[in-house]
Amino acid sequence: MRRSMLFFPGNSANMLLNADFLGSDSMILDLEDAVAPTEKDSARILVRNAIRDLGYTREVIVRINPVDSPYWEKDLQTIIPVKPDMIMPTKVSCADDVKIISDYIAGLEEQLGMEVGTVKLIPLIETALGVENAYQIASSDPRVEAIFLGGEDLTADLRCKRTKEGNEIFYARSRMVMAARAAGVDVYDTPWTDVEDYEGLIKDAEFAKSLGFTGKSSISPRHVTFINEVFSPTEEEIQYARDVFATIEKAKAEGKGVVSLRGKMIDAPIVARAAQVLEAAEAMKGGR
Amino acid sequence: MNGKLVKDLKEAIRLSGLEDGMTISFHHHLRNGDMVAVMVMEAICEMGIRNLNVNISSIFDTHEPFIGYIEDGVITGIETNYMGGVVGRAISEGLLDKPVIFRTHGGRPSDIISGKSPIDVAFIAAPTSDCMGNCTGKIGKSACGSLGYAFADAMYAGKSVVITDNLAEYPLVDYSIAENYIDYVVVVDKIGEPSGIVSGTTKITKDPVGLVIADYAARAIDASGLLVDGFSFQTGAGGASLAAAKYLKDIMLRKGVQGSYGLGGITSYMVDMMQSGCFKALYDVQCFDLDAIASLRTNPNHMEVTAAHYASPTAKSSAVDSLDVVILGATEIDTNFNVNVHTDSNGYIMGGSGGHSDTAAGAKMSMIVAPLSRARLPIVVDQVMCKSTPGHTVDVLVTQRGIAVNPLRGDLRDRFLDAGLPVFDIHELRDMAEKLNGKPKMLTRGDREVAKVIYRDGTLLDTIYNVPVR
Repeated sequence: MRRSMLFFPGNSANMLLNADFLGSDSMILDLEDAVAPTEKDSARILVRNAIRDLGYTREVIVRINPVDSPYWEKDLQTIIPVKPDMIMPTKVSCADDVKIISDYIAGLEEQLGMEVGTVKLIPLIETALGVENAYQIASSDPRVEAIFLGGEDLTADLRCKRTKEGNEIFYARSRMVMAARAAGVDVYDTPWTDVEDYEGLIKDAEFAKSLGFTGKSSISPRHVTFINEVFSPTEEEIQYARDVFATIEKAKAEGKGVVSLRGKMIDAPIVARAAQVLEAAEAMKGGR
Repeated sequence: MNGKLVKDLKEAIRLSGLEDGMTISFHHHLRNGDMVAVMVMEAICEMGIRNLNVNISSIFDTHEPFIGYIEDGVITGIETNYMGGVVGRAISEGLLDKPVIFRTHGGRPSDIISGKSPIDVAFIAAPTSDCMGNCTGKIGKSACGSLGYAFADAMYAGKSVVITDNLAEYPLVDYSIAENYIDYVVVVDKIGEPSGIVSGTTKITKDPVGLVIADYAARAIDASGLLVDGFSFQTGAGGASLAAAKYLKDIMLRKGVQGSYGLGGITSYMVDMMQSGCFKALYDVQCFDLDAIASLRTNPNHMEVTAAHYASPTAKSSAVDSLDVVILGATEIDTNFNVNVHTDSNGYIMGGSGGHSDTAAGAKMSMIVAPLSRARLPIVVDQVMCKSTPGHTVDVLVTQRGIAVNPLRGDLRDRFLDAGLPVFDIHELRDMAEKLNGKPKMLTRGDREVAKVIYRDGTLLDTIYNVPVR
């Protein structure tokens, strides 16, 4: 389960050393914007060695440089051999951008004797064109497990100001959720960038959750607990989900076909939702 | 009214009868802003007195001129509870012939009171005093708050000299140390540099690793079974310790736990906890910041305690004996839970026990918070270079990776596991630290004893040897 995804600069040895202990469900090890052009080589090697040697227990996502940069192929050549869970391609604007990367990874997987399709993709959509093509991107390749909204670059492309209220990305957020759900993949929200403003963060995360986002990313370890809390099922939700299954079991035993709980018929969507809640609750056990 | 005022420091030294070979003492409440110890040594040196034993509750980097007085034979012995890196380095390189005697904050007053470490003349820096020697640290331009460590010196030295830069009208109200213990009072321009005495406000760490450690620490305290009404608590002023106190405060307020007292060196965070209703009282042996000083001055429930009341092992009782939980730091901890807070990774002296081993011995749960590694060196090791606090008094180690519980405390281990906390064997944490950092080469130490670490009960806990100079 991914509620939170935390970004780590790929050139910070100390951060990579502790990345696994900071409470996020996924770690995004960044080779792109957090790393200056002069540091690209060393960051690549550091991230590769970290994944290879540190025994990370959380999901590892590596954010690579965009396909119009001179770095992305080298990024993949270096990182794919250590089998990250996912690659995050950047500035993805159309299905072809995904195809290029997917094909390149397939070539590497073959060379390395890995099963083709092992490494999954979570395209970062951060351009106006990307948002408009979100469904095509989300459904472009079986590797795509989720899509991810990048609010900062998007507002630059939209030529508007990024605000805390976030009205300028409301359409993009809605469109991303719609596209992801239509394609049957998960969808993750852009980070909250004011490190000290926890109230704003919680409000922003709750809003994203209300729109249908699966989880939210963060650039600050201090945000992780709040994001996890917002995107975790509440005690009441967990109890309700348990009741749903208990009611179904009881109905089965009694040979009843249609059952209701608290005056509401239990139909397929309610069962699916209850299953998601219990799965999330199980995944959270003992964690932070 | 002139009372006990004498014209200057040299006059006070002369009147005190100080001679070659005697023991003098200082307290460290002015911390790194202290000007008095060096000022007194300078006067003593000019008067030609030599071969002195200096008993000072802590040595900070501002006391660097001590190095010169040691070289010149003015200082030939040092007894202290803590030594900062600058003087520590010189001592470690063999500056002083006689080994430094390290005690604890509780052991020092115990030995002074019992006569084991007698003081001939105590020099007591006082931010405010009247002419008869009633003095306090709560007010004055050099205010430092509590004078807890100075009481035993004032009360048991042969002669006691108060040195102040704020002479108040007699009688000083709300004094800390009373005139009946004081022989002479000297007024000087300045006893300390305020910026070195206290920090403006102490800040909790922003380091994400420190915050993870703090979160685990607070949750472990919550799970320990000790966090109930009447709970008492001490924490260090380090970033992760303060962050743990903040998280603990949140838990206490959420659960409505009304604690009894907060103890120790007091920071704004402990003051905030008391004001929020987490504690009924603060017992303050030393103030770390301006908020703590202001609270000590104005809040009757915030009380100054003497070092003996704080932690003396030979007192009829001391506040550490009733302590539920203490959070402490470590430069190293070994797989037997022994903790080093005296030396750095190169074997140089850069600290000392302070109240570390006193509180660890007294508290029902003593908790060490430390990252698994610092600057690519493992913190959990096979054997500490210096045993500052014995492992049987250390209950829990909290790192960012997880918590290790002393095998003597199986009860705590079970409680932590029940609470879903990540509990490891300490050997596992050592292995993780070594896997990340490699195993450091053993240091080659010299064969000269440069310091003896005396446990609070008077037994020799460890010996520190010189670091060979290349």
